[in-house]
Amino acid sequence: MSAPVFQARGLTKVYRMGEAEVHALRGVDLEIFAGEFIVLLGPSGSGKSTLLNILGGLDTPTAGDVRFLEHQLTGADEAELTRYRREHVGFVFQFYNLIPSLTAQENVALVTDIAVAPMPAHEALDWVGLGERLDHFPSQLSGGEQQRVAIARAIAKRPQVLLCDEPTGALDYETGKLVLEVIAKINAELGTTAMVITHNAAISGMADRVLRLGNGRIVGEEKPARKLTPAEISW
Amino acid sequence: MKSLDRKLLRDVWLLKTQVVSIALVIACGIGGFIGSLSTHSSLLWSRQHYYDTARFAHVFATAKRAPASLATKLRGIPGVAEAETRVVRDAQLSLPGVVPPMIARLIGLDFAHPPGMNRLTLKGGRWPAPGAKGEVAVNQRFLVARGLKLGQTMTVLLNGKLERLTLVGTALSPEYIYATRGGGMPDDEWFAVLWIDERSLAAAFNMEGAFNSVLLRLQHGTSSGVAVEALDHLLEPYGGFGAVGREDQVSDKILTQEINEQKIFGTVLPAVFLLVAAFILNVVLHRQVNAQRGEIAALKALGYPDRDIAVHYLKFASVIVLLGVALGVWLGHWLGSAMTGLYTDFFHFPEFHYRMEPWLVLAGAGATLAAAFGGALAAIHGVVRLRAAEALRPPAPAEFRPLLVERLGYGQLLTPSQRMIMRNLERKPLRALITVAGIAASVAILISGIFWGDAIEWFMDVQFNRVQRAQVSVGFAEAVPRAARWELERLPGVKQVEVQRAIPVRLRAGHRSYRTAITGLADDAQLQRILDADLHAAKLVPGAVLLTTRLAERLAVRPGDTIQAELLEGERIKAGLRVGGSVDEMAGMNAWMRLEDLNHLAREADLVSGAGLLVDRDGERALLERLKQIPAAAVVIVTRTLVDTFRETSAKNVLFFTTILTVFAATIAVGVVYNNARIQLAERAWELASLRVLGFTRGEVSVLLLGELGLEIAAAIPLGFVAGFWLAALLLWFMPHDVISFPLVIYPGTYLFAGAVVAAAGVASALIVRNRIDNLDLVGVLKTRE
Ligand SMILES: Nc1ncnc2c1ncn2[C@@H]1O[C@H](COP(=O)(O)OP(=O)(O)OP(=O)(O)O)[C@@H](O)[C@H]1O
Ligand SMILES: [Mg+2]
Repeated sequence: MSAPVFQARGLTKVYRMGEAEVHALRGVDLEIFAGEFIVLLGPSGSGKSTLLNILGGLDTPTAGDVRFLEHQLTGADEAELTRYRREHVGFVFQFYNLIPSLTAQENVALVTDIAVAPMPAHEALDWVGLGERLDHFPSQLSGGEQQRVAIARAIAKRPQVLLCDEPTGALDYETGKLVLEVIAKINAELGTTAMVITHNAAISGMADRVLRLGNGRIVGEEKPARKLTPAEISW
Repeated sequence: MKSLDRKLLRDVWLLKTQVVSIALVIACGIGGFIGSLSTHSSLLWSRQHYYDTARFAHVFATAKRAPASLATKLRGIPGVAEAETRVVRDAQLSLPGVVPPMIARLIGLDFAHPPGMNRLTLKGGRWPAPGAKGEVAVNQRFLVARGLKLGQTMTVLLNGKLERLTLVGTALSPEYIYATRGGGMPDDEWFAVLWIDERSLAAAFNMEGAFNSVLLRLQHGTSSGVAVEALDHLLEPYGGFGAVGREDQVSDKILTQEINEQKIFGTVLPAVFLLVAAFILNVVLHRQVNAQRGEIAALKALGYPDRDIAVHYLKFASVIVLLGVALGVWLGHWLGSAMTGLYTDFFHFPEFHYRMEPWLVLAGAGATLAAAFGGALAAIHGVVRLRAAEALRPPAPAEFRPLLVERLGYGQLLTPSQRMIMRNLERKPLRALITVAGIAASVAILISGIFWGDAIEWFMDVQFNRVQRAQVSVGFAEAVPRAARWELERLPGVKQVEVQRAIPVRLRAGHRSYRTAITGLADDAQLQRILDADLHAAKLVPGAVLLTTRLAERLAVRPGDTIQAELLEGERIKAGLRVGGSVDEMAGMNAWMRLEDLNHLAREADLVSGAGLLVDRDGERALLERLKQIPAAAVVIVTRTLVDTFRETSAKNVLFFTTILTVFAATIAVGVVYNNARIQLAERAWELASLRVLGFTRGEVSVLLLGELGLEIAAAIPLGFVAGFWLAALLLWFMPHDVISFPLVIYPGTYLFAGAVVAAAGVASALIVRNRIDNLDLVGVLKTRE
């Protein structure tokens, strides 16, 4: 395999809330390789979102060290992190975080406005199967459709990594599956490294690798013998 | 167009009512600013232009009778470019059907050769023919005030002889832009300026080969001080009454005060508006930014730098500001030309000229943008600086705590609804404070704008019921023995007579000097009293002079100091005079002495120059008719007529400003209340919808939301009363008060009116929002996450 996309050593994150300290991450080491589909599992509060946010440059660790390819993320200032996000990372969140006052196409255009070599907004929407709904506002779309717009928005910049925090958390079973299919397709066809947080162990069947977090540490790593397609999994 | 800008447009559209209501507050501020200051500069310009084209004199002097040969000497005064001499006399004037006597100021002119100074503008008819005896031109103000027609005749008492004069023309003069017999009151109905052939005037008053009035124009860059001194010196042997520079010329002085008031109005009140606008903008943006926390987080995750996001919200603020500025410039232009027109009519400037200088627009827009950006940045700062990861998390649920009343153990007195209202208030004290401050500001602005009517009323009441209590004042042509009072007492209808003596004087202290009159009062004076601003009567100090505080300040003297008095009459005594005290009088630049002391100072016998009369209402007419036949009674003023004219003039102005300010204040009140209600509604829609689902009626949930605003309005109004009082005090403090210093008097009705206007505006905007509450889309609201 080629050089790792992400390389983390001893990642620690401590939140201070007055007197109390919350240890969200307690020394995480990991390497993630180009094109991998990673599923992050773990109980609530185990530090999944914290880890993903640090990898995505939304947050900085208290101690430890992260690299993205040749970029050192630890110690980077806000401006560098912003550029890193703008050029390399696509995010998908549980609650979509679309701009309600912009249509599907315009939400995607938010990214194409600032990215270096983006794909056209309608092409990104075609990718997620919403090529017909360009001019609909978020309020006119179902939850799953909104999430697919969010995915289109994330991939429009042709990111190297796609980071998804519980993308199906707010969706029903069928819709959730549809969204996962889109992510898997992007991973497979565009070769985008994907990292998906979920509470749903069944989804791990789709992964190249499954990382288990517990109490701020990586407590397990599995490689499914056979990678399932989203259609094959059920929960 | 960038997607972020598209979002901007949509957000603006979504909040259009709020955007417009804030823009209107800004527009009022800018409009007031531009309107007042452009009026100020337009009037200054109009006056300057008028003075220049009419070649208005720089120095003015009168004397008793100086030989024409003196004119060459006048021209030789250093710094003097031109000098003109003329004959000017006041005389009694009668019009058919007008009982109270009027005064005509007759000014001799050579109509064959237009004067080099104080040139007239002919408004109608023609000039009197050179040498024609019975023809006059009249000042336009008098013609209009009296509704006279050209060709009409009137009777003037010329040196004891009644003469019929025919009006052939009407004219404007820069010398009588503001025409008055004296004092600071407009006097158009009772004071006429008549221009008449100079030879016939001179002949009537035995002034051939002589003059009694001097006008000087100075060389460029010379100040009037030196010329005034030299002129006084030259005229002294001929009974000079003391020269004055332009700044002390009556018409110019009053004009200056009126014009300068615009400047104060134009800066103090708009500042309040801009402050309120900045606060509302801050609150609205705070809400906007907080509501869009998730969107901001998403933008950050997408790689938008903080700066871009901040700029996005600043653009939102700019849209509002620019809309406000555009409306404000338009409003300011309208207001400015309306006010300039009002004043141009009022002053009878020959030309209407309105100009709005570009710097006003730039300064207004700049100040507003700065204030708005200040408010916006404070709101944006916190959220934009959040780490993206934090912004992603919804804000922690608001913390509530038991109310103060509950902590004190009186909680059970409140219903749950009342508790919700009160807890909301306690939770966001700053916002509640801003709301209260905003509403209070609108009350204050209204009060500070309309209390002038009260101040004027009070001033008139004090001036004419307590200070000058005489109903009819008589001024004698020459000082007469005190015994003249017995003759006055014998006239029909006279109930009481009180004599006094006034001697024109130039007072000096060091290099400062002021030309006024010393008035000597009887020790038991009842009809003319000396009252300070608190209506305490001041006591005359034997052997000393009592000065109006303004005059003492102008001369920079204090009680105990000695000033030089040069009497400008009779023996023209020069003597040191002790300042016995100063009294904070509302009007005038007065110097008071005991009548005996004044006559002693003048080294004259027991003389008087005028008298105040109390009159039987029924006998007034007969008395006035009788007085017209007494040549010695040169000036007769009926107090009532003065008061009526003053009321009429001020009523028009007060009404105009009251209307404008009422609209402005209502705009602020609506801006504050409406925006607040909308924000509350947006923030609590979920809560209110839940309550509706639980079975609360529309009325009940409205009370929850609007109850808070009701409390805030109720708290703000009394606060606004206090703020209005102080704002009025501030305005008064800034106002020029060379002529009259108005008292800080605000009648209860004014408070009541201001409170009612603002309460009504508040209720109206609450009702608009109530309509929205009623139409709350329950399903829609409950589906959204926020
Ligand atoms: N801003 C913060 N301040 C304080 N504590 C925090 C903050 N963010 C996260 N934490 C704490 O850090 C720990 C890890 O949080 P994290 O959000 O990474 O968990 P998670 O695994 O994503 O949980 P979930 O599955 O519920 O989303 C939790 O205990 C959380 O309370
Ligand atoms: Mg999480």
